[in-house]
Amino acid sequence: MITASNIIPLFVAIPLAGAFLISLLGKRIKRLPDVLGVSVALILCGLSLLSVRLYSIYGILTYSVGAWKLPIGIGMVLDGLTSFMLVTINLIAFCIVVYSVNYMERYTAKWSFYTLFFLMVGGMNGVVITGDMFNLFVLLEIAAVASYALVAFGTDRHELEAAFKYAIMSTVGSLFILLGIALLYSYTSTLNMADMANILAQKGTGNITLMVSVLFLMGFGLKAALVPFHAWLPDAHPSAPAPISAMLSGVLIKALGIYALCRIFYNVIGLSPTLSSVLMFLGTLSMVVGVLLAIGQWDLKRLLAYHSISQIGYVVLGIGLGTPLGILGGLFHLFNHSVFKSLLFLNSGAVEYSTGTRDLQKMGGLTSRMPVTGTTNLVASMSISGIPPFNGFWSKLIIIIAVVQAGRFGYAFWAVLASLLTLASFMKVMKYAFFGELRENLSRIREAPLFMKLSMGALAFLCVVGGLLLLPGVKEVFLQRATDVLLEGTEYAVIVLKGIK
Amino acid sequence: MSKEDEKGMSLIVKTITRLTVGLILLYGLYIVFHGHGSPGGGFTGGVIIALSFIHLMLAYGKEVAFRKLSEAAASFFVSLGAILFLAIALLGFTGGYFFLNFIPKGEPFRLFSAGIIPLCDIAIGLIVGAGLFAIFVALVSLKLEPERKE
Repeated sequence: MITASNIIPLFVAIPLAGAFLISLLGKRIKRLPDVLGVSVALILCGLSLLSVRLYSIYGILTYSVGAWKLPIGIGMVLDGLTSFMLVTINLIAFCIVVYSVNYMERYTAKWSFYTLFFLMVGGMNGVVITGDMFNLFVLLEIAAVASYALVAFGTDRHELEAAFKYAIMSTVGSLFILLGIALLYSYTSTLNMADMANILAQKGTGNITLMVSVLFLMGFGLKAALVPFHAWLPDAHPSAPAPISAMLSGVLIKALGIYALCRIFYNVIGLSPTLSSVLMFLGTLSMVVGVLLAIGQWDLKRLLAYHSISQIGYVVLGIGLGTPLGILGGLFHLFNHSVFKSLLFLNSGAVEYSTGTRDLQKMGGLTSRMPVTGTTNLVASMSISGIPPFNGFWSKLIIIIAVVQAGRFGYAFWAVLASLLTLASFMKVMKYAFFGELRENLSRIREAPLFMKLSMGALAFLCVVGGLLLLPGVKEVFLQRATDVLLEGTEYAVIVLKGIK
Repeated sequence: MSKEDEKGMSLIVKTITRLTVGLILLYGLYIVFHGHGSPGGGFTGGVIIALSFIHLMLAYGKEVAFRKLSEAAASFFVSLGAILFLAIALLGFTGGYFFLNFIPKGEPFRLFSAGIIPLCDIAIGLIVGAGLFAIFVALVSLKLEPERKE
């Protein structure tokens, strides 16, 4: 084992340590939750960037927890896709923690917010970094259970109802995943992902893998809110406090849903053409249905939540296509979506913080009173609608080009149409909320406080420069490595097992 | 914990509770401490420990139970248990690995054996014992405002 791989367990240990320390001391020392929270998030962000560097030096890194020999013990694997997801999760988490320093002043128990938040981050980091099937399920549940509590954080009637609905549906999803893992375990007699892929390749695929694929599609589809399984998302995401909505929509559905889906379908089971077309169909369905439902909403956060469903559709369409360009586009859109969607939710939080309403019909002319929020919201709206120099344009362009190259013109048409409808619905947001006449009762509102402005500004900057990730030289280090992991398919087993020996 | 207390259940229940509650707590502790040598462990033992406090609360009412284990103390013990568990895992780094069993294993089935496993059991017992009690308290004392008709 190389010394560098000691970094791997830290991604789970540090957020958990942060969470428990805050819950132990946060009630007694007043500023401690903020200070500790921001520093833990900063350390994690730095470590995740370091992991990209380490991967480019050493290649794939593996870690055996407790020195138990792999593949019997719990293994952790750091490869291109993992470090890509780690950067996404921890970068967004850092921006959101900075934002919460001011925003969460409205709630009484700030320390319990940070505790749950870091439990969720630890769970997500764990899902991404683990190389063990059952460990993935356990960490997925940690992140999910923390998120149920966070959705109910305001303890209003409708928030509790949304959290209950979310908890029930998500638990049903977890149950499908657990059943799938149990069936795979009984078929292959191993839980290590690489070993499992190896044995599946030797034994051949039969009805059992088909059954397991369907179970995983339902389970992880529920976590990712693909269209037939999306009903919990438009209630749960708007009910949470704004930083949590940003975290749920920006990162959680991707780390628990999309990442796990890709990892298992591409690297463990192997993507069959049938599965690929099912994924593409579900992606397109989510894309179109999500945006059609979004366009009629008047509640700002609910509108954004429906757009999450729609944008996840793009990611799944790109990844499900299975061509190198499609996967690259899908992963790039995953990163971009987590940047601009969390920015949009943070903006909606700033609007609610200042005006006290989420109803678009009660707003108007907010840009004149809240210039930073207005400008950053304009940037994010143009990103999500795919207007040129912003990051959303490039990833959507790549996905559409990839779909056309594969000769799937029908899907390309729907992708373009959904993008146009997205533009229409964000023009509605900008017109009703930020431009136009300022209302009488809103003439004395103030701009959001400093830390909220800082975090929104940083995310808006990422939206503007996000397209630069495609530049030759940068692309090879970050995006291409993640794409390669999915492209290598079940070769993953050979590569990881070589790292173990 | 006197039987003359006004609140709570009848005299019979109170008397039986007074006689058994200590034994239940002791049995829970036994399960926690012998988790590595016999069936059971941190979680099972923790559940039994929590049950002893819940038993007290059901028979005598909230005040008596809170005098033994207050809500703040319960939440403190949960965090403490979690920190201890993580600290044991991190101490494994002294031997080079996360979660390494770095203490000598000893002879099987003795009380002092199996390295870090009994310590982990104690930490888990703290988390589960205090945590289940806190969950019970939260479920009992949560009241929603009646819905206003608008």
